[in-house]
Amino acid sequence: MQEDITVYVENPAGAREAVPVPTDMGLSLMEALKAHEFNIQATCGGMALCATCHVELLESPELPEPSDDELYMLENLPDQRPGSRLSCQIKVTPELDGAVLRVMADFE
Amino acid sequence: MSTVTTDICIIGAGPVGLFAVFEAGLLKMKCHVIDALPQVGGQLSEIYPKKPIYDIPGFPTILAGDLIKNQMDQIAPFHATFTLGERVETLDKQEDGSFKVTTSEGTEVFCKVVVIAGGLGSFEPRKPAIDNLTNYEGGKGVNYMILDPEYYRGKRVVLAGGGDSALDWAIFLADIAEELTLVHRGTTFRGAPESAAKVASLAEEGHMRLLLKSNVTEVHGEGQLNAVTVVPDGGEAFQIETDYFIPLFGLVPKLGPLENWGLELEKSAIVVNTFDYSTNIPGVYAIGDINTYPGKLKLILCGYHEAALMAQSAYSIINPDKKFVLKYTTVNGVPTM
Repeated sequence: MQEDITVYVENPAGAREAVPVPTDMGLSLMEALKAHEFNIQATCGGMALCATCHVELLESPELPEPSDDELYMLENLPDQRPGSRLSCQIKVTPELDGAVLRVMADFE
Repeated sequence: MSTVTTDICIIGAGPVGLFAVFEAGLLKMKCHVIDALPQVGGQLSEIYPKKPIYDIPGFPTILAGDLIKNQMDQIAPFHATFTLGERVETLDKQEDGSFKVTTSEGTEVFCKVVVIAGGLGSFEPRKPAIDNLTNYEGGKGVNYMILDPEYYRGKRVVLAGGGDSALDWAIFLADIAEELTLVHRGTTFRGAPESAAKVASLAEEGHMRLLLKSNVTEVHGEGQLNAVTVVPDGGEAFQIETDYFIPLFGLVPKLGPLENWGLELEKSAIVVNTFDYSTNIPGVYAIGDINTYPGKLKLILCGYHEAALMAQSAYSIINPDKKFVLKYTTVNGVPTM
Protein backbone atom coordinates (compact mmCIF):
# COMPACT_ATOMS: atom_id res chain seq x y z
CA MET A 1 0.00 0.00 0.00
CA GLN A 2 1.29 3.46 -0.96
CA GLU A 3 2.13 5.73 1.95
CA ASP A 4 0.85 9.26 2.34
CA ILE A 5 2.68 12.13 0.73
CA THR A 6 2.90 15.60 2.25
CA VAL A 7 2.00 18.86 0.59
CA TYR A 8 2.54 22.21 2.28
CA VAL A 9 -0.05 24.98 2.32
CA GLU A 10 1.28 28.49 2.87
CA ASN A 11 -1.08 30.94 4.58
CA PRO A 12 -1.12 34.73 3.98
CA ALA A 13 1.27 35.24 6.91
CA GLY A 14 3.83 32.98 5.22
CA ALA A 15 3.52 30.03 7.60
CA ARG A 16 3.42 26.59 6.01
CA GLU A 17 1.15 23.79 7.17
CA ALA A 18 2.06 20.20 6.38
CA VAL A 19 -0.89 18.29 4.91
CA PRO A 20 -0.68 14.51 4.66
CA VAL A 21 -2.49 13.16 1.60
CA PRO A 22 -3.05 9.52 0.62
CA THR A 23 -2.04 8.58 -2.91
CA ASP A 24 -4.05 5.38 -3.19
CA MET A 25 -7.54 6.88 -3.22
CA GLY A 26 -7.55 8.55 -6.64
CA LEU A 27 -8.05 11.97 -5.06
CA SER A 28 -7.61 15.27 -6.78
CA LEU A 29 -5.65 17.94 -4.93
CA MET A 30 -8.94 19.84 -4.52
CA GLU A 31 -10.57 16.88 -2.79
CA ALA A 32 -7.59 16.43 -0.49
CA LEU A 33 -7.53 20.12 0.48
CA LYS A 34 -11.28 20.17 0.98
CA ALA A 35 -11.06 17.12 3.24
CA HIS A 36 -8.58 19.04 5.37
CA GLU A 37 -11.08 21.93 5.55
CA PHE A 38 -9.05 24.51 3.70
CA ASN A 39 -10.93 27.49 2.27
CA ILE A 40 -11.99 25.76 -0.93
CA GLN A 41 -15.60 25.79 -2.05
CA ALA A 42 -15.20 23.71 -5.21
CA THR A 43 -18.77 24.50 -6.06
CA CYS A 44 -18.74 22.93 -9.52
CA GLY A 45 -17.64 19.61 -8.08
CA GLY A 46 -14.33 19.45 -9.89
CA MET A 47 -15.22 20.19 -13.52
CA ALA A 48 -12.93 23.22 -13.97
CA LEU A 49 -15.97 25.44 -14.21
CA CYS A 50 -15.99 27.69 -11.16
CA ALA A 51 -12.34 28.32 -10.15
CA THR A 52 -13.23 28.30 -6.45
CA CYS A 53 -10.43 25.73 -5.98
CA HIS A 54 -7.77 28.04 -7.47
CA VAL A 55 -4.30 27.46 -5.97
CA GLU A 56 -0.89 28.95 -6.66
CA LEU A 57 1.87 26.35 -6.77
CA LEU A 58 5.02 27.85 -5.27
CA GLU A 59 7.16 24.73 -5.45
CA SER A 60 6.13 21.60 -7.24
CA PRO A 61 7.38 18.91 -9.55
CA GLU A 62 6.62 19.10 -13.25
CA LEU A 63 2.92 18.42 -13.62
CA PRO A 64 0.91 17.46 -16.68
CA GLU A 65 -0.04 20.49 -18.79
CA PRO A 66 -3.40 22.08 -17.94
CA SER A 67 -6.25 21.17 -20.26
CA ASP A 68 -7.83 23.82 -22.47
CA ASP A 69 -10.80 23.96 -20.08
CA GLU A 70 -8.51 24.70 -17.16
CA LEU A 71 -6.49 27.27 -19.11
CA TYR A 72 -9.65 29.02 -20.24
CA MET A 73 -10.89 29.29 -16.67
CA LEU A 74 -7.51 30.46 -15.35
CA GLU A 75 -7.32 33.09 -18.07
CA ASN A 76 -10.63 34.47 -16.86
CA LEU A 77 -9.38 35.00 -13.31
CA PRO A 78 -8.41 38.52 -12.28
CA ASP A 79 -5.80 37.15 -9.87
CA GLN A 80 -4.09 34.56 -12.05
CA ARG A 81 -0.40 34.10 -11.20
CA PRO A 82 2.41 32.22 -12.96
CA GLY A 83 1.87 29.14 -10.76
CA SER A 84 -1.91 29.25 -10.89
CA ARG A 85 -3.75 25.95 -11.25
CA LEU A 86 -7.20 24.61 -10.52
CA SER A 87 -6.60 22.04 -7.78
CA CYS A 88 -9.52 19.96 -9.04
CA GLN A 89 -7.50 19.20 -12.18
CA ILE A 90 -4.39 17.94 -10.36
CA LYS A 91 -4.31 14.27 -9.45
CA VAL A 92 -2.58 13.37 -6.19
CA THR A 93 0.38 11.17 -7.15
CA PRO A 94 3.59 10.28 -5.28
CA GLU A 95 5.44 12.84 -7.44
CA LEU A 96 3.48 15.63 -5.75
CA ASP A 97 5.26 14.95 -2.45
CA GLY A 98 6.73 18.14 -1.00
CA ALA A 99 4.77 20.54 -3.18
CA VAL A 100 4.11 23.97 -1.68
CA LEU A 101 0.99 25.91 -2.56
CA ARG A 102 -1.28 28.77 -1.61
CA VAL A 103 -5.08 28.55 -1.49
CA MET A 104 -6.00 31.64 -3.48
CA ALA A 105 -9.30 32.20 -1.71
CA ASP A 106 -7.23 33.11 1.37
CA PHE A 107 -5.50 35.88 -0.55
CA GLU A 108 -8.57 37.59 -1.99
CA MET B 1 -45.10 42.78 -11.88
CA SER B 2 -47.28 39.75 -11.18
CA THR B 3 -48.77 38.11 -8.11
CA VAL B 4 -48.99 34.36 -7.53
CA THR B 5 -50.72 32.48 -4.74
CA THR B 6 -49.68 28.88 -4.16
CA ASP B 7 -49.05 26.27 -1.49
CA ILE B 8 -45.28 25.96 -1.86
CA CYS B 9 -42.83 28.41 -3.38
CA ILE B 10 -39.71 26.58 -4.53
CA ILE B 11 -36.62 28.73 -5.05
CA GLY B 12 -34.41 27.01 -7.60
CA ALA B 13 -35.42 25.08 -10.73
CA GLY B 14 -32.57 22.58 -10.66
CA PRO B 15 -33.08 18.81 -10.47
CA VAL B 16 -33.82 18.88 -6.75
CA GLY B 17 -36.25 21.80 -7.01
CA LEU B 18 -38.07 20.02 -9.84
CA PHE B 19 -38.24 16.77 -7.87
CA ALA B 20 -39.70 18.74 -4.95
CA VAL B 21 -42.54 19.68 -7.33
CA PHE B 22 -43.11 15.98 -7.96
CA GLU B 23 -43.10 14.98 -4.28
CA ALA B 24 -45.39 17.89 -3.41
CA GLY B 25 -47.63 16.98 -6.33
CA LEU B 26 -48.06 13.43 -5.08
CA LEU B 27 -49.51 15.00 -1.95
CA LYS B 28 -51.67 17.37 -4.02
CA MET B 29 -49.83 20.51 -3.03
CA LYS B 30 -49.48 23.30 -5.64
CA CYS B 31 -46.02 24.65 -6.42
CA HIS B 32 -44.60 27.81 -7.93
CA VAL B 33 -40.92 27.68 -8.92
CA ILE B 34 -38.61 30.70 -9.20
CA ASP B 35 -35.14 30.71 -10.74
CA ALA B 36 -32.70 33.49 -11.60
CA LEU B 37 -31.71 31.67 -14.77
CA PRO B 38 -33.93 32.01 -17.83
CA GLN B 39 -34.47 28.25 -18.15
CA VAL B 40 -35.13 25.31 -15.84
CA GLY B 41 -32.40 22.86 -14.89
CA GLY B 42 -30.03 24.97 -12.82
CA GLN B 43 -26.36 24.17 -13.33
CA LEU B 44 -27.27 21.03 -15.30
CA SER B 45 -28.77 23.16 -18.05
CA GLU B 46 -26.53 26.20 -17.65
CA ILE B 47 -23.11 24.66 -17.14
CA TYR B 48 -22.98 21.08 -18.30
CA PRO B 49 -26.06 19.94 -20.28
CA LYS B 50 -23.97 17.50 -22.34
CA LYS B 51 -22.11 15.91 -19.42
CA PRO B 52 -23.10 12.34 -18.57
CA ILE B 53 -24.22 11.58 -15.01
CA TYR B 54 -23.70 8.05 -13.71
CA ASP B 55 -25.26 7.99 -10.25
CA ILE B 56 -28.97 8.45 -10.92
CA PRO B 57 -30.78 5.24 -9.92
CA GLY B 58 -32.26 3.48 -12.92
CA PHE B 59 -30.06 5.30 -15.43
CA PRO B 60 -26.64 3.69 -15.97
CA THR B 61 -25.80 6.94 -17.72
CA ILE B 62 -27.84 10.00 -18.59
CA LEU B 63 -26.92 13.40 -19.99
CA ALA B 64 -27.60 16.25 -17.57
CA GLY B 65 -29.87 17.96 -20.10
CA ASP B 66 -31.86 14.75 -20.65
CA LEU B 67 -32.33 14.28 -16.91
CA ILE B 68 -33.92 17.72 -16.69
CA LYS B 69 -36.14 17.00 -19.69
CA ASN B 70 -37.29 13.74 -18.08
CA GLN B 71 -37.98 15.52 -14.81
CA MET B 72 -40.10 18.12 -16.60
CA ASP B 73 -42.11 15.26 -18.14
CA GLN B 74 -42.41 13.68 -14.71
CA ILE B 75 -43.91 16.81 -13.10
CA ALA B 76 -46.19 17.67 -16.02
CA PRO B 77 -49.30 16.22 -14.30
CA PHE B 78 -48.93 18.68 -11.45
CA HIS B 79 -49.05 21.90 -13.52
CA ALA B 80 -46.48 23.79 -11.51
CA THR B 81 -46.05 27.44 -12.48
CA PHE B 82 -42.69 29.13 -13.06
CA THR B 83 -41.06 32.52 -12.78
CA LEU B 84 -37.75 32.31 -14.63
CA GLY B 85 -35.04 34.92 -15.14
CA GLU B 86 -35.84 36.69 -11.88
CA ARG B 87 -33.77 36.51 -8.72
CA VAL B 88 -35.52 36.14 -5.37
CA GLU B 89 -34.76 39.19 -3.25
CA THR B 90 -36.87 39.16 -0.09
CA LEU B 91 -38.74 36.74 2.15
CA ASP B 92 -41.39 38.28 4.40
CA LYS B 93 -43.34 36.37 7.00
CA GLN B 94 -47.01 37.39 7.09
CA GLU B 95 -49.12 37.75 10.24
CA ASP B 96 -50.88 34.42 9.61
CA GLY B 97 -47.56 32.56 9.37
CA SER B 98 -47.55 32.40 5.57
CA PHE B 99 -44.88 34.05 3.41
CA LYS B 100 -44.48 36.64 0.70
CA VAL B 101 -41.53 36.03 -1.61
CA THR B 102 -40.53 38.94 -3.86
CA THR B 103 -38.25 38.81 -6.89
CA SER B 104 -35.90 41.33 -8.49
CA GLU B 105 -38.61 42.16 -11.04
CA GLY B 106 -41.28 42.70 -8.39
CA THR B 107 -43.10 39.37 -8.79
CA GLU B 108 -44.81 38.50 -5.51
CA VAL B 109 -45.50 34.91 -4.49
CA PHE B 110 -47.80 34.29 -1.54
CA CYS B 111 -47.38 30.82 -0.07
CA LYS B 112 -47.59 28.76 3.09
CA VAL B 113 -44.23 27.04 2.69
CA VAL B 114 -40.93 28.12 1.13
CA VAL B 115 -38.44 25.55 -0.13
CA ILE B 116 -34.95 26.78 -0.95
CA ALA B 117 -33.38 24.49 -3.55
CA GLY B 118 -30.84 27.03 -4.72
CA GLY B 119 -27.94 24.69 -5.45
CA LEU B 120 -24.76 26.71 -5.78
CA GLY B 121 -26.64 29.95 -5.13
CA SER B 122 -26.93 32.68 -7.71
CA PHE B 123 -24.12 33.47 -10.11
CA GLU B 124 -22.61 36.90 -9.63
CA PRO B 125 -19.76 38.71 -11.40
CA ARG B 126 -16.26 37.86 -10.25
CA LYS B 127 -14.71 41.14 -9.13
CA PRO B 128 -11.02 42.00 -9.26
CA ALA B 129 -9.37 42.93 -5.96
CA ILE B 130 -9.17 46.69 -6.51
CA ASP B 131 -9.57 49.09 -3.58
CA ASN B 132 -12.65 51.32 -3.75
CA LEU B 133 -14.01 49.48 -6.79
CA THR B 134 -17.42 49.12 -5.17
CA ASN B 135 -17.57 52.90 -4.61
CA TYR B 136 -18.10 53.31 -8.35
CA GLU B 137 -20.81 50.68 -8.76
CA GLY B 138 -24.43 51.63 -9.34
CA GLY B 139 -24.10 54.07 -12.23
CA LYS B 140 -20.85 55.71 -11.14
CA GLY B 141 -18.64 54.19 -13.81
CA VAL B 142 -17.97 50.55 -12.87
CA ASN B 143 -20.20 47.88 -14.42
CA TYR B 144 -19.75 44.12 -14.51
CA MET B 145 -21.95 43.32 -17.46
CA ILE B 146 -23.15 45.10 -20.55
CA LEU B 147 -26.91 45.12 -20.78
CA ASP B 148 -27.33 47.73 -23.52
CA PRO B 149 -24.24 48.56 -25.60
CA GLU B 150 -25.88 51.80 -26.76
CA TYR B 151 -25.38 53.08 -23.24
CA TYR B 152 -21.68 53.40 -24.07
CA ARG B 153 -22.07 55.25 -27.38
CA GLY B 154 -19.58 58.12 -27.56
CA LYS B 155 -18.06 57.22 -24.17
CA ARG B 156 -14.57 56.22 -23.13
CA VAL B 157 -14.54 52.59 -22.00
CA VAL B 158 -11.90 50.33 -20.46
CA LEU B 159 -12.66 46.59 -20.55
CA ALA B 160 -10.63 44.03 -18.61
CA GLY B 161 -10.52 40.28 -19.09
CA GLY B 162 -9.39 37.60 -21.50
CA GLY B 163 -12.38 35.36 -22.04
CA ASP B 164 -15.01 35.22 -24.75
CA SER B 165 -17.09 37.86 -23.06
CA ALA B 166 -14.25 40.40 -23.04
CA LEU B 167 -13.41 39.66 -26.68
CA ASP B 168 -17.01 39.76 -27.90
CA TRP B 169 -17.78 43.05 -26.21
CA ALA B 170 -14.50 44.60 -27.33
CA ILE B 171 -15.46 43.83 -30.93
CA PHE B 172 -18.98 45.16 -30.43
CA LEU B 173 -18.00 48.34 -28.60
CA ALA B 174 -15.16 49.21 -31.00
CA ASP B 175 -17.77 50.80 -33.29
CA ILE B 176 -19.78 52.38 -30.50
CA ALA B 177 -17.42 53.77 -27.87
CA GLU B 178 -15.50 56.98 -28.52
CA GLU B 179 -12.39 55.37 -27.06
CA LEU B 180 -12.00 51.70 -26.18
CA THR B 181 -9.21 49.90 -24.32
CA LEU B 182 -9.02 46.18 -23.58
CA VAL B 183 -6.64 45.26 -20.76
CA HIS B 184 -5.62 41.62 -20.51
CA ARG B 185 -3.23 40.07 -18.05
CA GLY B 186 -1.99 37.43 -20.50
CA THR B 187 -0.43 37.50 -23.94
CA THR B 188 -2.88 35.18 -25.67
CA PHE B 189 -6.63 34.68 -25.70
CA ARG B 190 -8.21 31.30 -25.21
CA GLY B 191 -11.59 32.53 -26.42
CA ALA B 192 -12.83 31.84 -29.95
CA PRO B 193 -9.76 32.20 -32.24
CA GLU B 194 -11.67 34.28 -34.78
CA SER B 195 -12.67 36.73 -32.01
CA ALA B 196 -9.07 37.01 -30.83
CA ALA B 197 -7.94 37.65 -34.41
CA LYS B 198 -10.63 40.29 -34.88
CA VAL B 199 -9.59 42.10 -31.69
CA ALA B 200 -5.97 42.06 -32.84
CA SER B 201 -6.87 43.53 -36.22
CA LEU B 202 -9.14 46.17 -34.68
CA ALA B 203 -6.22 47.21 -32.47
CA GLU B 204 -3.81 47.32 -35.43
CA GLU B 205 -6.26 49.46 -37.37
CA GLY B 206 -6.53 51.89 -34.46
CA HIS B 207 -10.18 51.19 -33.60
CA MET B 208 -9.26 50.17 -30.07
CA ARG B 209 -6.27 49.96 -27.77
CA LEU B 210 -5.11 46.50 -26.68
CA LEU B 211 -2.91 46.30 -23.57
CA LEU B 212 -1.52 42.79 -23.04
CA LYS B 213 0.45 41.59 -19.99
CA SER B 214 -1.21 44.41 -18.06
CA ASN B 215 -3.52 44.80 -15.09
CA VAL B 216 -5.92 47.49 -13.95
CA THR B 217 -4.88 48.09 -10.35
CA GLU B 218 -6.63 51.29 -9.26
CA VAL B 219 -9.75 53.29 -10.03
CA HIS B 220 -10.00 57.07 -9.59
CA GLY B 221 -12.59 59.83 -9.51
CA GLU B 222 -14.52 62.13 -7.18
CA GLY B 223 -17.81 60.26 -6.82
CA GLN B 224 -17.76 59.36 -10.53
CA LEU B 225 -15.07 57.28 -12.21
CA ASN B 226 -12.74 59.31 -14.43
CA ALA B 227 -9.56 57.22 -14.68
CA VAL B 228 -7.96 53.84 -14.04
CA THR B 229 -4.37 52.91 -13.32
CA VAL B 230 -2.84 50.24 -15.54
CA VAL B 231 0.34 48.38 -14.60
CA PRO B 232 2.16 46.56 -17.42
CA ASP B 233 4.06 43.44 -16.41
CA GLY B 234 7.46 44.69 -15.28
CA GLY B 235 6.72 48.22 -16.49
CA GLU B 236 5.71 51.64 -15.14
CA ALA B 237 2.15 52.28 -14.01
CA PHE B 238 0.15 54.81 -16.00
CA GLN B 239 -3.37 56.21 -15.98
CA ILE B 240 -6.06 56.07 -18.63
CA GLU B 241 -8.87 58.61 -18.47
CA THR B 242 -12.17 56.82 -18.90
CA ASP B 243 -15.89 57.10 -18.28
CA TYR B 244 -16.45 53.39 -17.65
CA PHE B 245 -14.43 50.47 -16.37
CA ILE B 246 -15.97 47.06 -17.10
CA PRO B 247 -14.16 44.05 -15.61
CA LEU B 248 -15.32 40.86 -17.37
CA PHE B 249 -13.88 37.98 -15.35
CA GLY B 250 -16.76 35.54 -15.48
CA LEU B 251 -19.24 34.53 -12.82
CA VAL B 252 -18.86 33.04 -9.39
CA PRO B 253 -21.60 31.40 -7.32
CA LYS B 254 -22.76 33.29 -4.21
CA LEU B 255 -25.59 32.83 -1.76
CA GLY B 256 -26.98 36.24 -2.71
CA PRO B 257 -29.84 37.97 -0.91
CA LEU B 258 -30.93 34.91 1.10
CA GLU B 259 -27.81 35.50 3.19
CA ASN B 260 -29.81 38.27 4.89
CA TRP B 261 -33.02 36.37 5.62
CA GLY B 262 -32.09 35.31 9.15
CA LEU B 263 -31.33 31.72 8.19
CA GLU B 264 -28.73 29.85 10.22
CA LEU B 265 -25.71 29.50 7.93
CA GLU B 266 -22.48 27.56 8.06
CA LYS B 267 -19.79 28.09 5.43
CA SER B 268 -22.24 29.57 2.92
CA ALA B 269 -24.75 26.74 3.34
CA ILE B 270 -28.08 26.64 5.20
CA VAL B 271 -28.15 24.56 8.35
CA VAL B 272 -31.12 22.14 8.40
CA ASN B 273 -32.72 19.56 10.65
CA THR B 274 -32.33 16.19 8.97
CA PHE B 275 -35.72 15.09 10.31
CA ASP B 276 -37.43 17.05 7.55
CA TYR B 277 -34.80 19.46 6.14
CA SER B 278 -36.45 22.41 7.85
CA THR B 279 -34.40 25.52 8.60
CA ASN B 280 -34.41 27.66 11.75
CA ILE B 281 -37.36 29.62 10.24
CA PRO B 282 -40.54 27.53 10.65
CA GLY B 283 -42.12 26.91 7.24
CA VAL B 284 -38.85 27.39 5.36
CA TYR B 285 -36.98 24.30 4.13
CA ALA B 286 -33.62 23.96 2.36
CA ILE B 287 -32.85 20.95 0.18
CA GLY B 288 -30.04 19.94 -2.16
CA ASP B 289 -26.57 21.44 -2.45
CA ILE B 290 -27.50 24.62 -0.62
CA ASN B 291 -27.99 22.95 2.78
CA THR B 292 -25.59 21.43 5.27
CA TYR B 293 -25.81 18.91 8.09
CA PRO B 294 -23.51 16.30 9.60
CA GLY B 295 -22.74 13.76 6.89
CA LYS B 296 -24.02 15.92 4.04
CA LEU B 297 -23.24 14.63 0.56
CA LYS B 298 -23.67 17.03 -2.34
CA LEU B 299 -25.25 14.55 -4.70
CA ILE B 300 -28.40 14.96 -6.77
CA LEU B 301 -29.85 11.73 -5.40
CA CYS B 302 -29.40 12.95 -1.81
CA GLY B 303 -31.33 16.08 -2.76
CA TYR B 304 -34.14 13.87 -4.09
CA HIS B 305 -34.36 12.10 -0.73
CA GLU B 306 -34.42 15.44 1.05
CA ALA B 307 -37.25 16.62 -1.22
CA ALA B 308 -39.37 13.60 -0.27
CA LEU B 309 -38.99 14.17 3.46
CA MET B 310 -39.53 17.90 3.07
CA ALA B 311 -42.82 17.30 1.25
CA GLN B 312 -44.20 15.14 4.07
CA SER B 313 -43.39 17.83 6.61
CA ALA B 314 -44.74 20.63 4.43
CA TYR B 315 -48.00 18.67 4.08
CA SER B 316 -48.67 19.05 7.78
CA ILE B 317 -48.22 22.83 7.54
CA ILE B 318 -50.46 23.19 4.51
CA ASN B 319 -53.05 20.66 5.80
CA PRO B 320 -52.92 21.07 9.58
CA ASP B 321 -56.16 19.16 10.09
CA LYS B 322 -55.33 16.17 7.90
CA LYS B 323 -53.34 13.15 8.92
CA PHE B 324 -50.47 12.34 6.57
CA VAL B 325 -50.65 8.84 5.09
CA LEU B 326 -47.80 7.64 2.90
CA LYS B 327 -49.14 6.39 -0.42
CA TYR B 328 -47.01 4.39 -2.81
CA THR B 329 -47.12 5.32 -6.49
CA THR B 330 -47.07 1.59 -7.32
CA VAL B 331 -50.47 1.33 -5.63
CA ASN B 332 -52.05 4.68 -6.34
CA GLY B 333 -50.30 5.83 -9.51
CA VAL B 334 -49.64 9.52 -9.96
CA PRO B 335 -52.57 11.77 -9.05
CA THR B 336 -53.47 14.66 -11.35
CA MET B 337 -54.10 18.20 -10.28
